[in-house]
Amino acid sequence: MTLQMTQPAPAATPRRLTPGDVAARTTSHNSLRETLSQTMSMAWRATKKMRRNPEQFFDVTIQPLLFTAMFAYLLGGGLSGSVEAYLPLVIPGILAQTALTACMATGVQLREDMEKGVFDRFKSLPMARIAPLAGPMIADLLRYAIASTLTFVTGIAMGYRPGGGVAGVAMAIVLTMIAGWSLAWVFTWVGTLARSAQSVQGISMMIMFPLTFMSNALVPVETLPGWLAAFVKVNPVSYIVTATRDLANDGQITGHVGWALVACAAVIAIFAPLSVRSYKRHL
Amino acid sequence: MKHIPAVHAEGLVKSFGDFRAVDGVDLHVDQGEIYGVLGPNGAGKTTMLKMLATLLPIDGGRAEIFGVDVRRDPHRTRQLLGVTGQYASVDENLTANENLWLFGRLQGVSSRTSRATAAQLLEQFGLQEAANKPISQFSGGMRRRLDLAASLITRPPLIFLDEPTTGLDPRTRGQMWDTIRELVAGGCTVLLTTQYLDEADQLADRIAVIDRGRKVAEGTPDELKASVGNSTLRLRLTDGADQAVAAEVVRRLLGEDPVLSPESGRMNVALATADRAADVLISLREAGIGITSVSVDAPTLDEVFLALTGHDTGDSSDPSAAADKRQLEVAR
Repeated sequence: MTLQMTQPAPAATPRRLTPGDVAARTTSHNSLRETLSQTMSMAWRATKKMRRNPEQFFDVTIQPLLFTAMFAYLLGGGLSGSVEAYLPLVIPGILAQTALTACMATGVQLREDMEKGVFDRFKSLPMARIAPLAGPMIADLLRYAIASTLTFVTGIAMGYRPGGGVAGVAMAIVLTMIAGWSLAWVFTWVGTLARSAQSVQGISMMIMFPLTFMSNALVPVETLPGWLAAFVKVNPVSYIVTATRDLANDGQITGHVGWALVACAAVIAIFAPLSVRSYKRHL
Repeated sequence: MKHIPAVHAEGLVKSFGDFRAVDGVDLHVDQGEIYGVLGPNGAGKTTMLKMLATLLPIDGGRAEIFGVDVRRDPHRTRQLLGVTGQYASVDENLTANENLWLFGRLQGVSSRTSRATAAQLLEQFGLQEAANKPISQFSGGMRRRLDLAASLITRPPLIFLDEPTTGLDPRTRGQMWDTIRELVAGGCTVLLTTQYLDEADQLADRIAVIDRGRKVAEGTPDELKASVGNSTLRLRLTDGADQAVAAEVVRRLLGEDPVLSPESGRMNVALATADRAADVLISLREAGIGITSVSVDAPTLDEVFLALTGHDTGDSSDPSAAADKRQLEVAR
């Protein structure tokens, strides 16, 4: 830009640049560093919000306790002969399930947030359009960490002894957080599409139930009819559950872990651009 | 010396389906002025502002902010603007301090500078005592001031204010006006929309009157008011039957027809200057016409509108405006 201002700045505020100077200093887009900094600022905002609305933690604290106990006692005897024998199968499954439920809330809250006046300001600021979406998702990593830790604690209290040891469990928790963050993009996309928070909730439920239950989270694939097994095998949640089992039960970083990460990357690659595009259209 | 206009727009158009909310508006705002966009609800003021602020796509025409093309370069445009909307756009979950800090950080201001600027702005806007309170405890006026402060954190050279005082009590309104004047004294350019002629009169160097998406008039507040007379004499006659005679008296004296409302015996007379009121009153006494009440007021937006467009603002939310509207309709 070749904007030359020969006019002196008003004497009252010598700090102020002339508008021409400001116009000449503008940049055409956000750098990666700016985008990251904006995303972290939005994450900071989300953590403040969580601290002031502690009810946001209900799902990630109550559900791990409830689901672990419920499914283990309900299905353990029938599927594996005993609750203890079922736990190594079901704990990683419930881990994925709670992460998925936790990231469902991401979409609902984004939608609620977008209704508020403050989002008008976010839109009017020269900030990266991905920051308001990715920021809260980074804060949500805390929720996934809480949910997965509590699931393990409940399991261990019920007699689960993970063969992978502390390192295996830690890696399983990290994988769950990565998976939660990746799958949250699906719900973020729904959040930018739907007209109200309620409809986000409804649509998300319809996505979440098939994804979690039509996977190997609760039952071995071998017990399923062929058509169902075919879906279960391509479901990204199945990859994540298998990888989590390998990490928590065997302490091994297997090919399944690699495939789970590939599945996560694929989900991000599809749904992150879709979300940003749909969010921009709201402008 | 080349002077780049703060806002330069030609033939701005925004359509929602078949409805043209903004229908070919030209706008030229010079640096350092307060430019008022005056019009009733639904005239297209906010839509126009949103297009200029990159919040709505521009359907037709072109706009430049300090020489930056709004449509082609929205990111650059956003760096030159501070936008304060009709409804406070601050985060309810954060305190005043946290809000300002966040908006600074989001625009690349360092954490330390952001904190310092936040403190300075809160003091300037008389909010330092509420700095660490949640926004939910703020009054309407405090929210508006915080909202304006949030637009100023990067000290942008141009501020958009969308109805900055709608819904505020008179005292808070006056404070807001002072703040806006200070901004301009500090070298800022302000583009504001308002429904109040009074507000545009108090603040704006130049005013555009917008009606149904079109600019129907532009000028200084004085020019605009002169088009309807600087004041209005409102009379109620003792005997409504005298109206025709009274109207004739006024016509002979001022060369203009008064606005009559037969059922209430009211009569409004536009005056070039307020002291012409005495002439009218004396003439009415000489004609032997009795008067029960008299007042001399500044013209309302309704009267400016009627003069400029031939129809009223169509806003019946305010009972006195509704009464005026009825009078005007009867008079037509």
